Amino acid sequence: MAKRIDVSGLSAYYGTTKAIEDISMTIEPRSVTAFIGPSGCGKSTFLRTLNRMHEVIPGARVEGKVLLDDENLYGASIDPVAVRRTVGMVFQRPNPFPTMSIYENVVAGLKLAGVKKKSVLDGVVEKSLQGANLWNEVKDRLNKPGSGLSGGQQQRLCIARAIAVEPQVLLMDEPCSALDPISTLAVEDLISELKSQFTIVIVTHNMQQAARVSDRTAFFNLAGVGQPGKLIELDDTQRIFSNPSVQATEDYISGRFG
Amino acid sequence: MVLLHPDERSEEGRMSTVTVDSRPAPQLSRNLTNARLPKWAPAGVAVLSVALGAAIGAGGGLKSHLQWGLIAAVLFLVISYGVSAKVEGRRQAKDRLATSVVWVAFVAAVLPLASLTIYTVQQGAKVVDGNFLSHSMRNIIPSGPGGGIYHAIIGTLEQVGLATAMAAPIGLLTAVYLVEYGRGRLAKAVTFFVDVMTGVPSIVAGLFVLSVWNLALGFQYSGFSGSLALAILMLPVVVRSTEEMLKLVPNELREASYALGVPKWKTILQIVIPTAIGGITTGVMLAVARITGETAPVMMLVFGADAINTDPFNGPQANLPLFIWQQYANVNNDFGYARAWGAALVLIVFVMGLNLIARGIARWRSPKAGH
Repeated sequence: MAKRIDVSGLSAYYGTTKAIEDISMTIEPRSVTAFIGPSGCGKSTFLRTLNRMHEVIPGARVEGKVLLDDENLYGASIDPVAVRRTVGMVFQRPNPFPTMSIYENVVAGLKLAGVKKKSVLDGVVEKSLQGANLWNEVKDRLNKPGSGLSGGQQQRLCIARAIAVEPQVLLMDEPCSALDPISTLAVEDLISELKSQFTIVIVTHNMQQAARVSDRTAFFNLAGVGQPGKLIELDDTQRIFSNPSVQATEDYISGRFG
Repeated sequence: MVLLHPDERSEEGRMSTVTVDSRPAPQLSRNLTNARLPKWAPAGVAVLSVALGAAIGAGGGLKSHLQWGLIAAVLFLVISYGVSAKVEGRRQAKDRLATSVVWVAFVAAVLPLASLTIYTVQQGAKVVDGNFLSHSMRNIIPSGPGGGIYHAIIGTLEQVGLATAMAAPIGLLTAVYLVEYGRGRLAKAVTFFVDVMTGVPSIVAGLFVLSVWNLALGFQYSGFSGSLALAILMLPVVVRSTEEMLKLVPNELREASYALGVPKWKTILQIVIPTAIGGITTGVMLAVARITGETAPVMMLVFGADAINTDPFNGPQANLPLFIWQQYANVNNDFGYARAWGAALVLIVFVMGLNLIARGIARWRSPKAGH
């Protein structure tokens, strides 16, 4: 189910501003890849180019190739809607749909894609909520509004919603930055479980989190304000945190800047 | 744990030897307690000033009760400031003055509204009964008693209903275009013309429909041509309120939906509009309430009728505001006035009912934060 991502020569723009420049990397299937780097270095932008969410912003465009297994996501005949069905995304702030109950939130992706059969949806709800470690907490109030849950529960609800459509890749944009340590732990445990099925890419500002959850870590940096962000290095997490090959990575990780 | 450098520590040591001027600043009182007026003071002052206002007004031989009220209002402001300044001090007195001004303004705003409502109910209740609501003016001598507004109620319901059926979908779609799709010149032009339309006087909208629909295209007076003008008046209100509501929907919800692989049009239909539906409905209902009271375009285009005409596409119809006007201007005697008040009461109840429904829907459909 999980797929490999091959990025080559990717640059992304907001209008005329170049946000990231010439990024090439391979993201392995069934593993967790973490993106770290200072604010504004293009981690989130790069993440959003992986499921064509970047172009949702007016004036934004992308150059280069993103291969999902062997298909170029930016090829001429690719439907961005289908791409997003294959490459799911969890956002920084929990954003359950406010008009929907917990149940409806989880099946939103399927329902809007036309799946109507109650038995199928019931199964998906239980499976996804269990997958997101939320089932036991909400199974008695599935018809209550999703916005009534705590922040950590809402974020796990959003993860359940993202995995309910059975994507191949799950992108997470600082999924724990709005959560307390206990909820963070719950989400991190969940990430380690999910990696047996999905290719997971996570953006984080928390170095310990990157060290805890990821198999491989990519460090991004920018030369200065107004300069595009670049990939400095991508390596096994252990190596990045113990013996990185680039001085800037070591400086960043040891807290000498950023 | 942060260890201080020895130099820093000695620095801190030196700091404490600096003598601090511990005397209080000269003018400032350090008391935490202060004399307070009792809780009933504002009400007491209000009663006192109303009594004084009435006494001065009556004593001075002023006929207008409006003048009595003005005197009472000024007295209320002066007395509450004076008493408070004497007992509590100047800062509190200013606070009381500001509060008093707000109260006076509130009363000044509510009094006309309340008296209008009360007077209409008093006058209208005399004539409104089952017969009044279920009969038309057909075969009734206008200068005599009897008759009713059934034909006008039907006219109003049909014309407003048709206008809403035209303006609400067009307005909603325009707002969706402006918020979700519109970029560049076309969107700017649409916004500009919506703004211009907001300012169009209702008589101009009536004249426009009269010249295009009735004179140029040759259609006859009908309820429908009236509702065309009402739709023109309603459209900008719907567009504006819907636009504001759609803008309030957080972008994160749209992105969350896109990230699930939901196409844009479905995101708008299933996520954006349902999230904003409470506000959108309120906006539409308020627009309906606004056009229900329009008289000028209706007078030109619907023409008015004494008999029941249930077909809005054929022949003249009646309409509540128009009925009120005709009873007042054409009949011009006590029977006419009474029927006009009755129709006014029904119109107010109708509009108020719409407002209540709008509020109910807004509360019912708005996103819930409950547990």
